[in-house]
Amino acid sequence: MKTTCSDLLNRRRFVLGASSLLAVSALPIPKQLWAASSTAPGPVTLSGNQFDLQIGYQKVNFTDAERIATTVNGSLPAPILRWKEGERVTLRVTNNLQHDSSIHWHGIVLPSTMDGSPGFDFAGIKPGETYEYQFDVQQNGTYWYHSHSGFQEQTGLLGGIIIEPKEPDPVAYDREMLILLSDWTDETPERIQGKLKKMSHYYNFRERTAGDLWRDIKTKGIAKTWGERSMWNQMRMSDTDVSDVTGYTYTYLMNGVTPDKGWLGLFKPGEKVRLRIINGAAMSIFDLRIPGLKMTVVAADGQNIQPVRVDEFRIAVAETYDVIVEPEADRAYTLFAQSIDRTGYARGTLTTNPDLRADIPAMDPAPDLGHLEMGMTMSNPDHSGHHSNTPEQGKLELTDNGNHKIKKIEAADHSGHDMSNMGAVDHSEHDMNKMEDMNHTGHDMDNMGAMDHSGHDMNKMKAPDHSGHDMGTMTNLTSSNSASQLAKAGFGSNFGSQNQVSHPKTEYGPHVDNRAEAPRSGLTDPGVGLRNHQQLYGRRVLTYADLRGLHPTRDKREPSREIELHLTGNMRRYMWSINGVNFMDAEPLRFRYGERVRIILVNDTMMTHPIHLHGMWSELETGDPDYIPRKHTVIVQPGAKISYLLTADAKGHWAYHCHLLFHMLGMMRTVYVVEE
Amino acid sequence: MKTSLKMLMLPVALLSANSFSHENSDPLLTHLMLNQLEASDDKGSALEAQAWIGKDLHKLWLKTDVERRDNNTEAAEIQVLYSRAISPFWDLQMGARHDLKPTPDRTWGVLGIQGLAPYFFDLDAALFVGESGHTAARFSVDYELLLTQRLILTPTVEINFYGQNDTETATGSGLSDAKTGLRLRYEIQREFAPYVGIQWQKKFGNTADFAKLKGEGVSDSELVVGLHVWF
Repeated sequence: MKTTCSDLLNRRRFVLGASSLLAVSALPIPKQLWAASSTAPGPVTLSGNQFDLQIGYQKVNFTDAERIATTVNGSLPAPILRWKEGERVTLRVTNNLQHDSSIHWHGIVLPSTMDGSPGFDFAGIKPGETYEYQFDVQQNGTYWYHSHSGFQEQTGLLGGIIIEPKEPDPVAYDREMLILLSDWTDETPERIQGKLKKMSHYYNFRERTAGDLWRDIKTKGIAKTWGERSMWNQMRMSDTDVSDVTGYTYTYLMNGVTPDKGWLGLFKPGEKVRLRIINGAAMSIFDLRIPGLKMTVVAADGQNIQPVRVDEFRIAVAETYDVIVEPEADRAYTLFAQSIDRTGYARGTLTTNPDLRADIPAMDPAPDLGHLEMGMTMSNPDHSGHHSNTPEQGKLELTDNGNHKIKKIEAADHSGHDMSNMGAVDHSEHDMNKMEDMNHTGHDMDNMGAMDHSGHDMNKMKAPDHSGHDMGTMTNLTSSNSASQLAKAGFGSNFGSQNQVSHPKTEYGPHVDNRAEAPRSGLTDPGVGLRNHQQLYGRRVLTYADLRGLHPTRDKREPSREIELHLTGNMRRYMWSINGVNFMDAEPLRFRYGERVRIILVNDTMMTHPIHLHGMWSELETGDPDYIPRKHTVIVQPGAKISYLLTADAKGHWAYHCHLLFHMLGMMRTVYVVEE
Repeated sequence: MKTSLKMLMLPVALLSANSFSHENSDPLLTHLMLNQLEASDDKGSALEAQAWIGKDLHKLWLKTDVERRDNNTEAAEIQVLYSRAISPFWDLQMGARHDLKPTPDRTWGVLGIQGLAPYFFDLDAALFVGESGHTAARFSVDYELLLTQRLILTPTVEINFYGQNDTETATGSGLSDAKTGLRLRYEIQREFAPYVGIQWQKKFGNTADFAKLKGEGVSDSELVVGLHVWF
């Protein structure tokens, strides 16, 4: 039997129902009081279909220094909104700030006038004004909302959304908890942006030193060290530049609670717990795990997927994942979300006993960028991007081999391997031994996280038989842009070994410092800092290749055309753009209403960019045309490419952008869907 | 759908006004860098500073260099330049340079490039064209060697050339003078770093001869202590 809401949330709702909201906002609750309480409950939940939300200023204190945040109803994060699929919701949002504000309902399918993105089909909310959002809720799952004005996300204007399904939930659970990750800084966002433009490595305190150089020379010799360093020296880039803004200034929050205090989630013995995890950070990508607990991922970006059992997953800014965990009673577990650059973490505790706490694990070694991140071919295996002085050095060398094997496997696809060897395995097969055998036919599949299904709980998988998709027929078509020769829907540019791309002329100039010459597919790669965790730590890491929709693909048409967009920038000048063109100077991308299009994103930069399309689903091509997963935010890994389909079924002007706050303004496009 | 009508009309009205009024991918910024503000063991003091105001690709760039000894300003110059990004790592700079000291003062037109060369060398190279056809050139290079994340050793080299003899300012044609330094700073914050260092300078050729005639030394080395500050 399942309950729809935790006792905790129920209690909060009782105390602070929707009707008492105005009173609450008039008397803002001091954040410190919440944070100081031992149960650290996080934000309240508001349910129903009528909401009054007050955007205002709120004193907060996360660092022993008082600062002013921008909040909803005086709460950071904002209240959790609980809607029902099939209902029409009305949200009256009042802006009590001195500046324009807005609320964007992230991942929600709605009319463009209700999307809440100023400058598109919405004008923003002026100071003192109230905007009434009203739309039909046509989906269910975990989503979030945030300001789309100024840098107000960075200053606290974000909250979670839970939408109860109209039909019975295919996911069974007894209790649910919403986990909203964010990054807080005492600095103003404008100041951070200014610092980055004056000194792009301002927040990176893991730069290479003379000591690192000496250690490399001693262990590898001068020639090899010179070879490794020369590429970086010539490109004038840093292989430790993983995040623009780091834990140097950020305090990472879980439901608004600092890692020192730690958010606390209580459950009853024997319960199956659904964690609805949202990354609402401005600039921070997290790698989340719960030591001692397997997580079964059941939804990505609010959309149900075929369950995947993992130990760890990366959640980029704006992504959401729902996982089911079955914790044991009378012990505690640490919810551990380390930042991608390992400069800090958000932390919480799951336990049946409020007095118990689990150990906080040490952060993994900080990753270094390598050839993969530059989008270069791996012609010289010595040029590994991995940190040379980590204790796991010997093992990390394996990683390089692993990467090369990924390349080989892709090449093998080209020669016509049957897809049943590649992740899209026959899920009706429960014979794990057989799968192991399949995994080892010729290639070392262990090195590809996506292929390692040995940890799956196959009983939970309801997926039909996907075997028998012949990759060989696609690969010859992959790279072509002519309409008659587009890659098949569901595969796109994510399969095959063809990795040549062409760069538009606008990418050449002082505003772009790198162009990926041979971007690999980013589908099977868990990403920098997560590779080989199976071998190193026995942790199964989720990759995009694991994602398969739970429901059949809605629009089974083949794409009528393909658009290749390059994510570009100049790290040192701290300029970001798409195809080398800043949003300010860019023409809208025009889509014909109803058309089915493929977008191929090529990341020419060294940063990991989460790309968010408003209004329409990004249907990630993970290798099964019949069960394409739908996302609203897609990671494009450094030096990699990824493709997805979209059906232009929402008229109007929509924002399409990198969700890293300080990249967003340059790396944005208007998507204009119009009847022609 | 009634919303579709609204949608067709709204964008025209909305797109004309940029609603991102408090955020901008390319804001107007100011940057003041006191690279060397120092005193020497030889009763000397010096300031080497740059500042700019501008946006990503276009900036108004100021540079100044002042050297004092025994409460006497021996050299002082200021440059006012328009700086334009011409490649990912390089800016083209053009404008004017005015030497207040040594006297009589001199004014030059400036054409230079400044940026980051491969292997992370900070480079500044400029040509100067002065009154009555006088020419000069300057080449300077810095490198930052991180001993730790905050302890940084910076070797610097600056070389000056002149096209003609200028007896009034005691500068001679050809290689005129070179200055090299080694400074060790500790970044208490990125923006604030005290340092100690050594500096050595030498005059060459005709410039050295001019100095000897005036009874001045042609080379000089000194210990310095100073501040590296920016904001």
